[in-house]
Amino acid sequence: MTDRALVVVRAGALTTVQDRGRPGYAHLGVPRSGALDAPAAALVNRLVGNAPGAAVLETTLNGCAVRPRSTVVVAVGGAPCPVTVGGRPAAWGAPVVVPAGELLDVGTARSGVRSYVAVSGGIAVEPVLGSRATDLLSGLGPAPLAAGAVLPLGTPVGPHARADVVPQPSPPAELVLRVTLGPRADWFTPAAVRAFTSRAYRVSSASNRIGLRTDGPALERASPGELPSEGMILGAVQVPPDGRPVVFLADHPTTGGYPVIAVVRAADLPAAAQAVPGIPVRFVAVRRR
Amino acid sequence: MNTSMSGTGTGTGTGTGTGTGTGTGTNVDTSPRSATPMTIHPVGDDALLVEVGSGAEAQALHAELLRRRAEGALTVREIVPAARTVLLDGVDDPARRATELAATVLPPTPPRARAVIDLPVRYDGPDLAEVAAHWRVAEREVARIHAATEFTVAFCGFAPGFGYLTGLPARYDVPRRATPRTAVPAGAVALAGPYTGVYPRSSPGGWQLIGTTDAVLWDHARVPAALLAPGTRVRFVPVGDV
Repeated sequence: MTDRALVVVRAGALTTVQDRGRPGYAHLGVPRSGALDAPAAALVNRLVGNAPGAAVLETTLNGCAVRPRSTVVVAVGGAPCPVTVGGRPAAWGAPVVVPAGELLDVGTARSGVRSYVAVSGGIAVEPVLGSRATDLLSGLGPAPLAAGAVLPLGTPVGPHARADVVPQPSPPAELVLRVTLGPRADWFTPAAVRAFTSRAYRVSSASNRIGLRTDGPALERASPGELPSEGMILGAVQVPPDGRPVVFLADHPTTGGYPVIAVVRAADLPAAAQAVPGIPVRFVAVRRR
Repeated sequence: MNTSMSGTGTGTGTGTGTGTGTGTGTNVDTSPRSATPMTIHPVGDDALLVEVGSGAEAQALHAELLRRRAEGALTVREIVPAARTVLLDGVDDPARRATELAATVLPPTPPRARAVIDLPVRYDGPDLAEVAAHWRVAEREVARIHAATEFTVAFCGFAPGFGYLTGLPARYDVPRRATPRTAVPAGAVALAGPYTGVYPRSSPGGWQLIGTTDAVLWDHARVPAALLAPGTRVRFVPVGDV
């Protein structure tokens, strides 16, 4: 068989197709979606010679296994994990040739949460509003991978990188998120704002692509009352009635009615995507640039 | 921590003409204007949340921001209107834009979009009786009043293509259901608070269901994918027995 496609052999806990998402449609209620660890997705694309916005696979904790129908170059990055091709160990974080019909197995993350798998030519499922990303909040884009599914591949555009293993940031052992306070910090008591920026939280196991949920001190509102729905952005730290901060990630709702106490610096969000449940989280207030 | 900037009344007339759709004649507004009181909250490093006093002002501000973007006077990734706010995300120079916005003068009512979308509706929802009780009218009157109203999509959210439609007088506000339904069918026409909405697809929901439409609110293969966008005018046209 020479057709360019991947057959899914093991889907893993949650593996989705991701690219840079579909920004620009928030006013229609369409989340931006896209790879949570965007620099990792861009890097693996570069390693296989793809454009930085080509669609890749995003795994969750325990990887996935796929069998290409034609020979491809792949690269695995993001959360470090064992990689095998046809049962033989292969490099993580470097271009790897997978011959037609051989099994590429992306193993359980040694640290971090999400590994990224780029394939030369990119995953070529039909785009929706300009993006191939799976959006788990609204259901746009392809369904999460399932065993037996066949994913079409695009035509390779460039040679793969000559690099050997390239350095990538290690997943955090403690997640430190720089935040600028507001727009609704005044909905909380001064003591709650101090607690938010000084006390330790932990990454909750209820975290997902929509939000990084936390366990820790509940933040007390300065007054009851309801906030009319307002627009939400990536990195917004929304505080639902249980008082535990939720950091909005790529599949976040476009509007919401719980107050946003602060916003995480964009540069710190890739680390949030790799934060394993249970690790400590600290929110550090910084000045707005 | 929030930079509050109330309009100073010194802004130049940057509004969109009369915008009141008063018919023929020149597009010159002679009514007195004042800058709209607004609070501009910085959000993160490159977003602004502009808060105004009413939904109508939010719609007017949204229309004005779209106009500026179309003219090339504003570079921004997202303009997201909501109940009392408009969010600008991915702003090129947030501090400068905040200063400009503080001097913005808005027309007293939002400019009306030309096109009106007619949504065929059967007023057969399971919550008609409850809505009629809230409104203190007979059930068939709910349909008559609702269908006689012209709505505007104030904003979208909740799901792709779900619009929050305003137009009913405040006395027809209704509460959400005490217990949300686990599945509301696609096409359900529903009320909550001051809003009417149509579920683009089956989903859980707590709104009061008054009818059903066969219109396809969202089709990602269609251009445009969303039948309703902020600013769209909407009429509900009864079909079948009313």
